[in-house]
Amino acid sequence: MSPDQTLAFETDCHIFDGCGFPAPGLHSFTFEPIATIGGFEFTKPVLLALLGTVVVMVFFWAAFGKAKIVPGKLQMIGEAGYDFVRRGVVYEALGKKEGDKYVPLMVSLFFFIWMMNLWSVIPLAQFPVTSIIAFPAGLAAIVYILWVSLTFKKHGFVGGWKNITGYDKSLGPVLPLVMVLETFSNLLIRPFTHAVRLFANMFAGHILLLIFTIASWYLLNGIGIAYASVSFVMVILLTMFELFIQALQAYVFVLLACTYIQGALAEHH
Amino acid sequence: MNALTTLAEETQNPLLPPIPELVIGLIAFAIVFFFFAKKLLPNINRVLDERRAAIEGGMEEAEARKAEAQQVLEDYRAQLADARHEAARLRQEAQEQGAALIAEMRAEGQRQREEIIAAGHAQIEADRKQAAQTLRQDVGKLATDLAGKLVGESLEDVARQSRVIDRFLDELETKADATAETKAEAGR
Repeated sequence: MSPDQTLAFETDCHIFDGCGFPAPGLHSFTFEPIATIGGFEFTKPVLLALLGTVVVMVFFWAAFGKAKIVPGKLQMIGEAGYDFVRRGVVYEALGKKEGDKYVPLMVSLFFFIWMMNLWSVIPLAQFPVTSIIAFPAGLAAIVYILWVSLTFKKHGFVGGWKNITGYDKSLGPVLPLVMVLETFSNLLIRPFTHAVRLFANMFAGHILLLIFTIASWYLLNGIGIAYASVSFVMVILLTMFELFIQALQAYVFVLLACTYIQGALAEHH
Repeated sequence: MNALTTLAEETQNPLLPPIPELVIGLIAFAIVFFFFAKKLLPNINRVLDERRAAIEGGMEEAEARKAEAQQVLEDYRAQLADARHEAARLRQEAQEQGAALIAEMRAEGQRQREEIIAAGHAQIEADRKQAAQTLRQDVGKLATDLAGKLVGESLEDVARQSRVIDRFLDELETKADATAETKAEAGR
């Protein structure tokens, strides 16, 4: 197999041809650079990330750029999305007063992530940018830095540590254990799971789609055509499933970000 | 197969973020974030506020109109009630006045009638008295004349002085009265 990654798999390999199933794997997530600029490899995920940025901005510019009191169709769709994140996520978790400050961050996070996920099922692109850990990790890091700094800003140095360590005198002898676990969970596990949850969902989703897509092609030989059709139905079903997961994961990411901020602002007991 | 393993070796741990992608991702997100935070969301928030104000303004105006209409209706109702009340009062007053007028007229008529009757009675009495007087004089004169003719001289002065005739006539009258009374009693 050549390391050519313009397509996700070999096209000349079919069942009964003495050719093994070109199973997708980690190599499906590495791409030959489209161009190399001064040592930096400009790959397909990078291209899609930049394109996605443009798509999100163009869409919302078209929707909100010349916003009117009586909205057009596009503005109505944009408003529905905006209101979903604003009311459904931010106000829900943080309340209107506290939450208003974080609305721009959460709205942009949601639509940015959703667009990056959506690339997974958009023809020709067909690769979720968020299945490259760098993208969710960067976003999780922003949220992490935000909530940690908010904790110390709100409660001061000692209060901040009390908040992070879950300090509670009434726990008595188990307090040291709780403090160790809480600190570990909050400061190390939390940002990791925040990023990996999104990454792994998109990664697995992409692998699933690849398996059935490749199989649909691979099985197209002799009696294999019957199996190929089943595989193709799976591709359709999984594509719809992925559409749901993409939105869900964007939602979960933003919801968790709000929950972390809420925890940082909350009074510790 | 060999190529595949080489490729797998080339791929790094999927949980280790490659720095260039990390930077690109952060930059891309930063662009989106600032575009949203500085431009689009203030834009849409302003419009949403304006829309809410417009809707609330419209509702307030409608509310004011409604209150005004209610007020006008109440005024009209009050005026109508007043007018009805006034009409009833006037009718009542007119009835009372009419009744009073009728009673007054009737009393006046009664009074006039009684006056007329009384005047008639007085007149009749006066006439009767005058007639009786005249009759008495005439009867006296006739009697004196008759007696004078029978006696042959005028008895007028004597008679006048002695009032004989008068006395006689009075007697006659009393007798006549008495007979009339007895007759009346016998008649019963």
